Amino acid sequence: MAACGCGGIQPDDPRFRELDAFIDAHRHVRGSLIGVLHRAQELFGFLPEEVQQHVAQRLGIPPSQVYGVVTFYNYFNLRPTGRYTIRVCMGTACYVRGADKVLQAIQSELKIQPGEMTSDGLFSLEVCRCIGCCGLAPAIMVGEEVFGNMTDAKVPEVLARFRQQAQGGEPEPAVAAGKEGAR
Amino acid sequence: MSQTVTRIRSLADLEALHRQYAPELALRQAREAAAAVGTEPIRVMVCKSTGCRAARSEPTARAFLQEVAAQGLSDRVRVVQVGCLGFCRMGPVVVVQPGDIFYCRVQVEDVPEIVREHLLGGRPVERLLYAVSPKEKARIAARKDLPFYKGQERRVLKNCGLIDPDSIEEAIGAGRYFALAKALLEMTPEQVIDEVKRSGLRGRGGGGFPTGRKWELVRAQPGQPKYVICNADEGDPGAFMDRSILEADPHAVLEAMAIAGYAVGAEQGYIYVRAEYPLAVERLTTAIRQARELGLLGDDILGTGFRFDIEIRLGAGAFVCGEETALIASVEGQRGMPRPRPPYPAQAGLWGKPTLNNNVETYANIPDIILNGADWFRSLGTPASPGTKVFAVAGNVNNVALMEVPMGTTLREIVYGMGGGIPGGKAFKAAQTGGPSGGCIPAEYLDTPVEFDTLVELGSMMGSGGLIVLDESNCMVDVARFYLQFTQDESCGKCPPCRIGTKRMLEILDRIASGQGTMEDLDALEQLAETIRSASLCGLGQTAPNPVLSTLRYFREEYIAHVRDKRCPAGKCKELTHYRIDPERCKGCGLCARKCPVGAITGEVRKPFVIDPEKCIKCGTCAEVCRFAAVVH
Repeated sequence: MAACGCGGIQPDDPRFRELDAFIDAHRHVRGSLIGVLHRAQELFGFLPEEVQQHVAQRLGIPPSQVYGVVTFYNYFNLRPTGRYTIRVCMGTACYVRGADKVLQAIQSELKIQPGEMTSDGLFSLEVCRCIGCCGLAPAIMVGEEVFGNMTDAKVPEVLARFRQQAQGGEPEPAVAAGKEGAR
Repeated sequence: MSQTVTRIRSLADLEALHRQYAPELALRQAREAAAAVGTEPIRVMVCKSTGCRAARSEPTARAFLQEVAAQGLSDRVRVVQVGCLGFCRMGPVVVVQPGDIFYCRVQVEDVPEIVREHLLGGRPVERLLYAVSPKEKARIAARKDLPFYKGQERRVLKNCGLIDPDSIEEAIGAGRYFALAKALLEMTPEQVIDEVKRSGLRGRGGGGFPTGRKWELVRAQPGQPKYVICNADEGDPGAFMDRSILEADPHAVLEAMAIAGYAVGAEQGYIYVRAEYPLAVERLTTAIRQARELGLLGDDILGTGFRFDIEIRLGAGAFVCGEETALIASVEGQRGMPRPRPPYPAQAGLWGKPTLNNNVETYANIPDIILNGADWFRSLGTPASPGTKVFAVAGNVNNVALMEVPMGTTLREIVYGMGGGIPGGKAFKAAQTGGPSGGCIPAEYLDTPVEFDTLVELGSMMGSGGLIVLDESNCMVDVARFYLQFTQDESCGKCPPCRIGTKRMLEILDRIASGQGTMEDLDALEQLAETIRSASLCGLGQTAPNPVLSTLRYFREEYIAHVRDKRCPAGKCKELTHYRIDPERCKGCGLCARKCPVGAITGEVRKPFVIDPEKCIKCGTCAEVCRFAAVVH
């Protein structure tokens, strides 16, 4: 990763062309900046300075306005994220059922804090507010997948599954679906 | 079944499509099993909303499709994927008709047995039916007999769990777009507004402002164009009713927005959805595309010349965007910061134009008010808060679920009736309503009817209908601190009372939770709260102190225990919790020592064990596993 924090993205990166196509298709839509930034983050994984500059230029608005919006919303990342983003739900329902213990277990297992990425680039850790799976509290998301009824003890098992998947191994069957308790 | 309809140009076209799909939906409604097994049509409904999907309902649905085909049942058994049935804790949830049989936690390996025993043999699979507790042997087969569904009045949620949310034909089969037809063909905009006003519907998103009054204000404003916004930025952690409605019955919202557009004189609507709800966005996108294809959005709707269209705008993770002026700034593509009111959005909203803004559940109430009338709507609920309310009941309660009850239902019925009480036989401590803007209601008010005004009197508020149940293991100082941390994180920073005031309050709470608090701190909290409440710019700041004020009001002795006795009665605040083993009660089984993650517990079998306070990390595992309640704090 480049030391300048630009994410090593070159001006001739083909993803810029895809982004431009999206911007041009939405040019007539009033207030399209947030939509454009969502698309940019989908393409690049995060929003480094080059990407913000590019969006500003293409939309004909000052870079400060783009930066202002990017830094206002939690969803936009200025730093690169790992292959799998772990989102620990800290909504109230999860919190009162012990989400803080799950978060601690993930932090000590991965040795990173929320907002950081592991040195191997595999995981990044985020804390989020309610993914709406209160029935499975405490819940975490790894990528797009939700794991419910989490405990600190289940953390190594879940992480191991993604480490294995990253090495090309077959994903193990679901480990954390809510099976216990009364029907 | 899937006869392609080109375009709906008149009420007759709508009725024709309705007639085509209504019989299929009738098969999915609760009905008795006929005497003859083996001939009647069967419907298997598998939930495909977020909660059940997280419990892996998709493989379950696929297994049903395969198994039904393999057994040669495809001609009379249909497997359909439907929206949220509400009982998320039991997911994946499956309902079979006839018989209204309700299956819980159906995994792939359970499917062949259900197909063989129930669909072929007519004998529901006992072990997959609902039991009120893990120890309870008795099973309840029919959905209508489940305590969770008894007492509910599902109006807003009536199509949730019935129709496939990705099918506009099924939505029309269930009666969607007939209210729009009635409004456009039989009513003037003034009559529509009058009906909504007479219904007494109040905004389901927070403050409970009369909806009809809002519509009237926007209609009366000079200036064009006008806009209609749906606030689907359900940021209150623990509330998920709006998401469930959007995922299960998206056309309810589209239809209502079109009616609102007709009433106030707008041609363009925006739905502002959280980016955290990808499935809701996907279903809304599909629904809007289908409605446009059929001509129920766009130009000349139902041949009346009325034009209305809807666009989706994605949020990007900012709680403050639930505030209407901040939401409007975000729809415009800017930082979502509130601005002073007046002017109200009804006067100068989106791009400075008159704008109507209601939330998802408010809109979802509209079609039935137009179809059935204001009197029908008022037949449930209380005079000041008519109709029903959807609650997302979560936290330390057995049935974490979505339930729709008449306004005025008591907390006790919600928590102990439909909610099934507290797990592990623990004692109810408080119900937190209104999220970060609300407060905690203690046990002595369990019999209070829940409606807008009673909650405000108790120092809380309805908010969007999130209801978190707290039990004796929850520390109220910690809960207050949790919410304040939330509002402090989410404060946009524009006005100092909110930005700085909540920070100072949080510092005081941190001190109290770590045993450094003083009695003066409690007064300082109250003073700060008063200032923040009266001086903040928007609702987020004005209500941010509520969780602290309400816990101070009802649980002051718990604060005092932290401050004066340096003790956390619930054992949640680590600095104030010291675990030890009561030698009288300890049987010396050694379970705690084996479970301790840091090896802090030592002892000889059959003699009392001891915790080394130097090594102890206060995780509480020993207290959880001890069968003799010998670990105390």
